Amino acid sequence: MAQPVTLITGTRKGIGRFLAEHYCGEGHAVYGCSRGEADWEHENYTHFAADVADEKQAKQVFSTIRREHGRLDNLLNNAGIASMNHSLLTPISTVEKVLRTNVVGSFLFSREAAKLMKKNRYGRIVNFSTVAVPMKLEGEAAYVASKAAVESLTNVLSREFASLGITVNTLGPVPIETDLIRSIPEDKIQDIVDRQAIRRLGRLEDVSNVTDFFLRPESDFVTGQHIYLGGL
Amino acid sequence: MYQELVDLIIATARELGEDEIGVSEDLAEDTILFGKEGVLDSMGLVTLIIAVEQEIEDKYGRPAGLADEKAMSQARSPYRSVATLAEFAKQEIESGE
Repeated sequence: MAQPVTLITGTRKGIGRFLAEHYCGEGHAVYGCSRGEADWEHENYTHFAADVADEKQAKQVFSTIRREHGRLDNLLNNAGIASMNHSLLTPISTVEKVLRTNVVGSFLFSREAAKLMKKNRYGRIVNFSTVAVPMKLEGEAAYVASKAAVESLTNVLSREFASLGITVNTLGPVPIETDLIRSIPEDKIQDIVDRQAIRRLGRLEDVSNVTDFFLRPESDFVTGQHIYLGGL
Repeated sequence: MYQELVDLIIATARELGEDEIGVSEDLAEDTILFGKEGVLDSMGLVTLIIAVEQEIEDKYGRPAGLADEKAMSQARSPYRSVATLAEFAKQEIESGE
């Protein structure tokens, strides 16, 4: 197989950055984006400063990949924002921001990726949800609703894209030591961990283990699935 | 530009051919693409529109979006015929300038 071409959103820090470095290390040509510039480099990595929900900026990303490689094999829709707040105290501007990045961004990138993947009749799309969806976690109404929408998107896209040779799956991580959870009180994190079958925080390697599985060429019969870490 | 786009659509459809869109004969400007008497099924239409988008990007040097809310409307779909598609693409390219 030729060098895999992989696009990962939200690569400035956290899980996205880890995955970008992981797949660079595996020899993929990795493209990444985040709203700002990246403060890290790798010879296999190209960064775009782009908002995932901005159609024009997204098209520019795909246009560049098409020009440079003529194809795209893998898309990891990792970019996401969380919001921890009681629904009664959540401003609508926050709800809109969360939905825009998490839902609109995943939709837009999946749509544009499938256009490129369709040519080769090969593609792997991985969306990102969270264990907070099956846990119905209080205090995260907007975030959980947005990720439930992402799971529904996976369900429908897996069917729409099946005949194009593209699989679409979802990974739902548990809390992992990243910026996203740094602002969350410790007892709240412990509550989540206590509801898992395996009671520990997630590791970044737990995430790449599942994305590796979804991205394998042999996983061409695995689509429309949601895998949660930790045993939910 | 309109005539260029009609030609681009016809050439793109020819390249896709029987295998990709299930149409082996050349399209014409007045060919109905989709809906009643249309030559394409829904996946054939999707394939053609995406290929036309990419051809436009290559030819005019910028991404053109041909997604449209009225896509599946029988009466008002911009994808109804080669002529309506060319006109729609022309508007999209011009509005992006």
